[in-house]
Amino acid sequence: MNYDKYLSKTVMEIPPSGIRKFFDVADKYKDVISLGVGEPDFDTPWCAREAGIKSVQKGITQYTSNSGLPALREQVAKYLKDRFTVDYDPMSEIFITVGASEAIYLALRAIINDGDEVVVPEPSYVSYFPSVAICGGKAVPAKCYVEDEFRLTAENLEKVITDKTKALILPYPNNPTGAVMPRENLQEIAKVVKKHDILVLSDEIYCELTYGENRHTCFAEIEGMKERTVLINGFSKAFAMTGWRVGYACAPNAIFKQMLKIHQYIIMCASTNAQYAALGALKGGFDDDFAEMKKMVEEYDIRRRFLVSRLNAMGLTCFEPKGAFYVFPCVKSTGMDGEEFANRLLEEGKVAVVPGDAFGESGKDFIRISYAYSLNKLQKAMDRIEEFVLKYKK
Amino acid sequence: MDNFDEKILKVLRDDSRFAPAQIARMVGLDESEVAKRIKAMEASGVIAKYTALCNTEKLNEDVVTALIEVKVTPQMSSGFDTIAKTVYQFDEVKAVYLMSGAYDLCITVEGKNLREVSRFVSEKLSTMRDIVSTATHFILKKYKTEGVILDDGDGEEKRQVIL
Repeated sequence: MNYDKYLSKTVMEIPPSGIRKFFDVADKYKDVISLGVGEPDFDTPWCAREAGIKSVQKGITQYTSNSGLPALREQVAKYLKDRFTVDYDPMSEIFITVGASEAIYLALRAIINDGDEVVVPEPSYVSYFPSVAICGGKAVPAKCYVEDEFRLTAENLEKVITDKTKALILPYPNNPTGAVMPRENLQEIAKVVKKHDILVLSDEIYCELTYGENRHTCFAEIEGMKERTVLINGFSKAFAMTGWRVGYACAPNAIFKQMLKIHQYIIMCASTNAQYAALGALKGGFDDDFAEMKKMVEEYDIRRRFLVSRLNAMGLTCFEPKGAFYVFPCVKSTGMDGEEFANRLLEEGKVAVVPGDAFGESGKDFIRISYAYSLNKLQKAMDRIEEFVLKYKK
Repeated sequence: MDNFDEKILKVLRDDSRFAPAQIARMVGLDESEVAKRIKAMEASGVIAKYTALCNTEKLNEDVVTALIEVKVTPQMSSGFDTIAKTVYQFDEVKAVYLMSGAYDLCITVEGKNLREVSRFVSEKLSTMRDIVSTATHFILKKYKTEGVILDDGDGEEKRQVIL
């Protein structure tokens, strides 16, 4: 039976994820060290796990309100205000989603009319393009370059804005490059956003994972931007809670209402016990000034410095990422592009890394290496990569 | 000890084979500065020893380890120190801790077999003048020691690459 005529054209046209494609192959090899995962290697803090367990023991297994536990929304509001100085009303501007992924999709659903364009910096996380397409919009890449430390510049943004542009997705700290956007750069972007009267979906899931002096700046903190911004965040990265699937969206009430309507019809509410665990994570965090999170960041920082120095020393030039848990070295010096490099490294060097073009064309000469692995494992992997690179270095 | 010393220690405690040059890059200091700090920590005794952590389950030699609870009569002037020092001079004794609670000293003893450990307890330990009583617990299996998980029964759970 030919199913094509039954299936949605829009969905069929979406290409499969480049990461998935690569790891379907990588998974078949033995003795491979994988540096592919995009999730923390730490356990969820005990205060979160305990709160989740207790909620189950108490038999709290019913739905929560559509927008999530009021107590959790209040803690999220407090957290955003205390740690990032943005002010959202917990009842009319914040709601809890099934991971940040749902929040991104809802935001796009709520704003896109057929044919609307959404600008997405490239390279970026693989979900934005398909999500825009599923909503009937068109994702337009705004190229980011290693010379700019993979920041989105006002100039490169302006180049791709048309009269159909509805919104910009702003994913910083960035997966896969590890780039961050300092306040000055956000201010430049804000000018363009205002000039062209567009919205911003700011995916700040890696906001706690920044290194060096400067902490993350929320885009909504920039003057005049809160009213144009949907802030998307979650517990996965900062609290090592990927499998719990808890995220949240903060938006001006007019957008919030439409997003919530979709959430209500298709999801109803995020998992109740996962919400209790998230509540435990925030409460525990406020109790000890987020000590556990800071410990994780310190550990990531050591690994990050280790990788950057090893990669640069072996000739895979690598700009110093200031956020997330990825490094994004250029492999041109080996005479290969990212895809060939990744394939051969897998076969000959037994290390799996993600080819950079999985994140858009401008990632072609790069590979993504995750450092959500123990130092010990990273060390072994770097030794293997070094041996492999020495064979091909020109 | 400052934050840098702590970071250096953190790396070394994870794997003491990291060279100062590598540690320097990880913590953001000069190589010479890291070497100097490590030397200082060795000199002051913060770093007591570099060693290899063995999984005795996988060694072909027979080793029996026992935890021994010891009650003692403290000395007038030196408290528990004199008896602890007497106990730790034996090669069979791997650790000596002063404890709070129901007994005073906790001693870890290693021997080739049960008999060897038993003989140590009955002939050497319990005959000491200030030792009131002992209770010997043999360790049957080590699942985790010094923060390292030793039983690889389940292995490392494979983490999925999702997206």
